[in-house]
Amino acid sequence: MTTTDDQSVGMDYLESFPRKFLRVYLPLGLIIFFLLFPFYWMAVATFKPDAEMYDYEKYNPFWIVNPTIEHIKKLLVETDYPLWMWNTVIVSVSSTFISLFASVCAAYAIERLRYKGSRYVGLAIFLGYLVPPSILFIPLAAIVFQLGLFDGNLALILTYPTFLIPFCTWLLMGYFRTIPYELEECALIDGATRLQILVKITLPLSLPGVISAGIFAFTLSWNEFIYALTFISSSENKTIPVGAITELVSGDVYHWGALMAAALTGSVPVVILYSFFVEYYVSAMTGAVKE
Amino acid sequence: MAVMAESAVAQVKPGSLWSRAFESRNFLGAMFMVPAIAILILFLAYPLALGFWLGMTDTKIGGAGRYIGFQNFISLSKDSVFWLSVFNTIFYTVFASVVKFAIGLYLALLLNERLPFKSMIRAIVLLPFVVPTVLSAIAFWWIYDSQFSIISWVLVKAGLITRYIDFLGDPWNARWSVIAANIWRGVPFVAITLLAGLQTISPSLYEAANLDGATNMQRFRHITLPMLSPIIAVVMTFSVLMTFTDFQLIYTITRGGPINATHLMATLSFQRAITGGNLGEGAAISNAMIPFLVAAILLSFFGLQRSRWQQGGRD
Repeated sequence: MTTTDDQSVGMDYLESFPRKFLRVYLPLGLIIFFLLFPFYWMAVATFKPDAEMYDYEKYNPFWIVNPTIEHIKKLLVETDYPLWMWNTVIVSVSSTFISLFASVCAAYAIERLRYKGSRYVGLAIFLGYLVPPSILFIPLAAIVFQLGLFDGNLALILTYPTFLIPFCTWLLMGYFRTIPYELEECALIDGATRLQILVKITLPLSLPGVISAGIFAFTLSWNEFIYALTFISSSENKTIPVGAITELVSGDVYHWGALMAAALTGSVPVVILYSFFVEYYVSAMTGAVKE
Repeated sequence: MAVMAESAVAQVKPGSLWSRAFESRNFLGAMFMVPAIAILILFLAYPLALGFWLGMTDTKIGGAGRYIGFQNFISLSKDSVFWLSVFNTIFYTVFASVVKFAIGLYLALLLNERLPFKSMIRAIVLLPFVVPTVLSAIAFWWIYDSQFSIISWVLVKAGLITRYIDFLGDPWNARWSVIAANIWRGVPFVAITLLAGLQTISPSLYEAANLDGATNMQRFRHITLPMLSPIIAVVMTFSVLMTFTDFQLIYTITRGGPINATHLMATLSFQRAITGGNLGEGAAISNAMIPFLVAAILLSFFGLQRSRWQQGGRD
């Protein structure tokens, strides 16, 4: 029986279930378990009372006997968590919109106006995409301090676009390229200005691209850490990732329950947004790589 | 074509200098670029240049520094902690990237099979990449806790070990622990982008290979890999870049400890520059990362070149 060891792509319905189980489902299940376990563990710790959390002998660590919302309550009442959440939302939304605006204009100019040297500018912006925040944060801290932006939302709103604009521009350039020139030519002949063309023709046609770029940019700014850690010092101005890691650890006492509650509740908004726009998110992620 | 249309409009409406300027593509192009270029020059290009300068000064937080040439680099070259961080960074990057690539490619191949609920599985797989790294790192921190680690508990119950593992207290344990967390976070990115690449490979190639009697292994070796190699080059360049400049995971889980065993160049530069206040020295450490980054970017550049050539394109 030589046929069993070369199933073709189009004929894999011939494959027996136990065989496919061993070859596909089992390894896939193991990898997914590995990928999801930390989230399960985060959720379990969030709703576990302290008594169960630190006693593995009496209680099985994988279950919760008496679920509690005491950790979340503590987070909301005793810490600045609501403020961190508010800051994170403000910073992510503003920097996303600033970046989208700047990127739409820039991508349109590079792809469609094709001014002198636009190709080199496009390449330079792509190179900007490759500059990691880890080598920029020290000089940026000096600049933020000089400009008097230190310890305020504005410091983050203005610096996040440095990694968002290159990414969004690069992605939108790809989308604009797929729109036929003829549409713009018609509009030009009818006397439309470039701005009208951008707003009434190019943008509506590339709406999926704009949404993709926006969703991805939003999650990137929500997740940002090193700038927020460096440029913000007072608790009430922090974002969720920074607040969780700096304010909930006092000395050697780790408030594991509150930490986990912060991690879980800080992740939920992004995950909800992501779940509504999975396709856009994936196309943003893969689109930026494919080009 | 667009040029012709535009000059036609200009001929019909000869307006003032201002309105003629708005018909010029170069002028209009410059106007459209203003917001992006302003932000990128002020907060990207200028800091990059300032970073080079800071690396050659002895600037402290809250004070002006003076030029000291390569003094920072000379003192770093005698600093064993710096060399340890270089070793850690390279070890962390190479090991994590290789494993991320292996698991990521395997997962991509699995996801490319005929599966029920495929798009839902794909959405779930990407979760570690979507959730804020610091927040998932907190979960890892708890998983690696010396007293309440769930891994230790399971292994003890299974009778495989007798004492709890000190994940973050021992240098090598700590290194492996953060590498595992990095792999966990990076695999989804590699898998989903490679999956997108796999989906562009025409099934007819596999059918032709089947007719010629190719085995599974041969199809993978002679169709999948060559067709995927341009995307592999780009994905792995990004992956290497992200791993090499990683900061969040280390800062959250170990803060560089125990005894600097997990310091990467990025976390060490943060510690020296922000925590320690020596901006100049920290900037010098950041600058030392740049040669590696340039190497990674060149790799990506040549990867892209090859893809164009393979597709028979120009340029």
